[in-house]
Amino acid sequence: MQHADSPVLDPIFGRLSLAALPLHEPIVVATFAAVAIGGIAMFAAVTRYQLWGYLWREWITTIDHKRIGIMYMILGIVMLLRGFADAVMMRLQQAMAFGGSEGYLNAHHYDQIFTAHGVIMIFFVAMPLVTGLMNYIVPLQIGARDVAFPFLNNFSFWMTTAGAILVMFSLFVGEFARTGWLAYPPLSGIQYSPDVGVDYYIWALQIAGVGTLLSGVNLLATIIKMRAPGMTLMKMPVFTWTSLCTNVLIVAAFPVLTAVLVLLSLDRYVGTNFFTNDFGGNPMMYVNLIWIWGHPEVYILILPLFGVYSEVTSTFCGKKLFGYSSMVYATVVITILSYIVWLHHFFTMGSGASVNSFFGITTMIISIPTGAKIFNWLFTMYRGRIRFELPMLWTVAFMLTFVIGGMTGVLLAVPPADFVLHNSLFLIAHFHNVIIGGVLFGLFAGINYWFPKAFGFKLDRFWGLVSFWFWVIGFWVAFTPLYVLGLMGVTRRLRYFEDPSLQIWFQIAAVGAGLIAIGIGAMLIQFYVSFRKRKELADTTGDPWDGRTLEWSTSSPPPAYNFAFTPIIHDGDAWWDMKQRGYQRPLGGFRAILMPANTGAGFVLAVLSTAFGFAMVWYMWWLAIASFIGIVGFTIYHTFNYQRDFHLTLDEVVRAEEERTRLLATVRS
Amino acid sequence: MKPLRIVKLLPLLAILLGLSACDMVVLNPAGDVAAQQRDLLVMSTWLMLLIIIPVMALTVIFAWRYRHNNREARYEPDWHHSMRLELIIWSAPLLIIICLGALTWLGTHLLDPYRPIDRLSADKELPADTRALQVEVVALDWKWLFIYPQYGVATVNEMAVPVNQPLALRITASSVMNAFYAPHLAGMIYAMPGMETRLHGVLNEAGESEGISANYSGAGFSGMKFKLRGMSDTEFQRWIATARAAQQSLTRDSYLQLAKPSEREPVRYFATVDNQLYDSIVGMCVERGKMCMHDMMAIDERGGLGKAGIYNVARRSSDSPRAVFGSDNSHVIGICAAPLVRAFEDDLLPQVDRSPLRGAGLPRPTPGRSGSLLADIDSLSSR
Repeated sequence: MQHADSPVLDPIFGRLSLAALPLHEPIVVATFAAVAIGGIAMFAAVTRYQLWGYLWREWITTIDHKRIGIMYMILGIVMLLRGFADAVMMRLQQAMAFGGSEGYLNAHHYDQIFTAHGVIMIFFVAMPLVTGLMNYIVPLQIGARDVAFPFLNNFSFWMTTAGAILVMFSLFVGEFARTGWLAYPPLSGIQYSPDVGVDYYIWALQIAGVGTLLSGVNLLATIIKMRAPGMTLMKMPVFTWTSLCTNVLIVAAFPVLTAVLVLLSLDRYVGTNFFTNDFGGNPMMYVNLIWIWGHPEVYILILPLFGVYSEVTSTFCGKKLFGYSSMVYATVVITILSYIVWLHHFFTMGSGASVNSFFGITTMIISIPTGAKIFNWLFTMYRGRIRFELPMLWTVAFMLTFVIGGMTGVLLAVPPADFVLHNSLFLIAHFHNVIIGGVLFGLFAGINYWFPKAFGFKLDRFWGLVSFWFWVIGFWVAFTPLYVLGLMGVTRRLRYFEDPSLQIWFQIAAVGAGLIAIGIGAMLIQFYVSFRKRKELADTTGDPWDGRTLEWSTSSPPPAYNFAFTPIIHDGDAWWDMKQRGYQRPLGGFRAILMPANTGAGFVLAVLSTAFGFAMVWYMWWLAIASFIGIVGFTIYHTFNYQRDFHLTLDEVVRAEEERTRLLATVRS
Repeated sequence: MKPLRIVKLLPLLAILLGLSACDMVVLNPAGDVAAQQRDLLVMSTWLMLLIIIPVMALTVIFAWRYRHNNREARYEPDWHHSMRLELIIWSAPLLIIICLGALTWLGTHLLDPYRPIDRLSADKELPADTRALQVEVVALDWKWLFIYPQYGVATVNEMAVPVNQPLALRITASSVMNAFYAPHLAGMIYAMPGMETRLHGVLNEAGESEGISANYSGAGFSGMKFKLRGMSDTEFQRWIATARAAQQSLTRDSYLQLAKPSEREPVRYFATVDNQLYDSIVGMCVERGKMCMHDMMAIDERGGLGKAGIYNVARRSSDSPRAVFGSDNSHVIGICAAPLVRAFEDDLLPQVDRSPLRGAGLPRPTPGRSGSLLADIDSLSSR
């Protein structure tokens, strides 16, 4: 609390001083050195091979939904490495800190790590990966050439990245929040967290939140307005359906997060008393509000993956999805119910028995449509012809893992049971069980499934299998001990322990984290090996899995314009239907295509926003004012940009389509 | 597909091992309330396994049977709908959730932490004229303060209770949110500043166990533990005598000293306690001259002080941090000279039914009737 009475701020640097650099933390210094060396090497390589222009023209300024989707995925995977490093540090600390030993992390460092782990994994790993997948696949599945607002899409991506960069800054400049990932007041109020950590948290989430919200609006408009002719709502692919529901949730839930963080920042910056102890402030209000966002957020993450599992199951079983309409209704029911369960995150706050049982029962009701979904996948497998390619393996692993997570979730929804398990490691095991077993496994299924579409070659099976087995077994080895520890009455976020009988369980969990690390490593090797073997693994047909939905009707990777002719839809499994009816790809009659033009505006605005966030965190008022004026000014300036689109000439379209014809011919011969 | 089965068995195996190898306090608590919570946990698990196990088995069976190179299995690429199956897959989970929902509704009301207990244990009724032992619990940075108002003593980081005596806990915190959690006694409940939560329970076995804060509350959180000591009545009387013999007494000033952040405090006893202390902690007015929350609320309820209220503040001398654009730290000056009158809590059990069970007109189970949660439910449903 050293900032207690420091009204004198440096006019240039605010409260930023050399003391804010964590030079006394050897772990952070080493990390910084590694990141700096890596960064310099990358910078040098990009300069050496003169890639700056290419990066700027083809990636940074791109408004192509496919490239933005890929950039989201890269962001998610990079941040996964950071979030996982945090996880490993926690597992090591908890495996070591026994019998008087306080482990190797002090409270100041450890408390930041568990906060950062949660924040990063949810906001900067799961969200970008899910958004990236939707961004890439949804327009292709509905036969559209891009999303509804291509520039907004680029802007959303860079705002999300700006948030991630602010979080990364906090590692080396100052500190991150020491509050837990939802930053409950009064602990996160100025009184008990006067340092910059919570401010980094607030501004990172606010800036990334702009991106998430706009991308939600964008995809919502895309799905509602841009479906190919004939694709009625009940003929939409299930992944598009689940994306639709997810984006409805995003648009409805994220403003709540924004509002509650605004209130918290008002408390912290101008001394209001929304969530303080004194002057009528009410921290319980914050807990309610943040979970009104937080619970739908869980479904924002999982719903699109339910879509992925549906696509994968149906494709690899060579069968139409069992119970399409009940799948759709289940999704919609989950979407609605996800708004009336938030209180189950704090049964222990002392609401009356009737309130608690209401929210307990609504939570259980969600398991009915979820159960129906599991059965639908099960009966899609029934009388199918299942090819156990990597995506299908991930799906089966999901089904076996997720039901356990679902079961423990329903257990926690019984308030009296929650009274003994709330905030325990049982709870931690439960939500990792559903987030890893549901969201992450689904993302891996999706990545393996759609990778050939995005890059034109399949992913290597051997390293995929290695990654699969290490992840799945590693997951169970890491989290089963946490279930057990939870039943032994051990709660979360503890830094050291006294009871020596607990240690063995933490050590097993640490071994599990090691196995997962191998799984992650194998996945990176898988990408590298597949790239090296790209000739061998090439997909020239555009339809490597004998797919059923429209994205498989284009080439791999699809041309910038996705479809030379907008397809006309007659059936739910549109591409399958076209193949059955002997679809002939048109070879002539092409036209020039109007395409949105690239722009650097999104990138510039995100850089300005990062500067603004950084300035607000460190009280550098001049920079905050300057960057804010910059944001508003540049936005106005951008409205005068009249070169929003250009025509892809007939020649270019014909060249691309002839290339595809040639490739398809090589397959037939 | 063998490896898949191994994956499936791993957790079960580990759980079985765990059950036999270690001390699962949640599954084997020493207090009746925690035991009933455990019962509910176990019952719900069995209920759900009714559907989870078939699903897992079917997953493995289907995955194996309909594998691509098994040409003997039937392949029906266009079969995608069956009304009968759809009915089953929606109604099977529904039925289980109906059972579980009923269990939840009853269990939540019967085990509401605010509700005084109505039995000592599964086979012990509540004797007539039983008085609950009242304990006022304060979560401080980072230690626990226990005040025994009936005895006028207080302790830090140690809570002694006589076995088989009902406990009535009133819980608050001094600065940030914590959760009071003694796994052997009853479930956890948040301890929040300026507010009070309650917990009722009973300990059935003598012995020492650990209690913790289950909600992260800052740097010293990991060391924020207390000893829960269950003892016989005579031992308890002796323990009270020891506390009374202590040198220190807990006044407002010594409380303010104690409330300052510190870690891993040793057990400490206070021979006497300021009898308004706990209420002023809840009212956040231990410092003299500060208006208590309940006074503030009472004034506000009558329309507030109006503009005059703006001037009824004093600058706080403390050096606590403040918002960068905020006004100076200040607090509302107390204007009620009259001492706090504590609404005396009747500790005689069973109490009159002050807070009837809400919802569906559930009658409050009469003491002695219940052998277990299941029996309670039986008796309720047979009525």
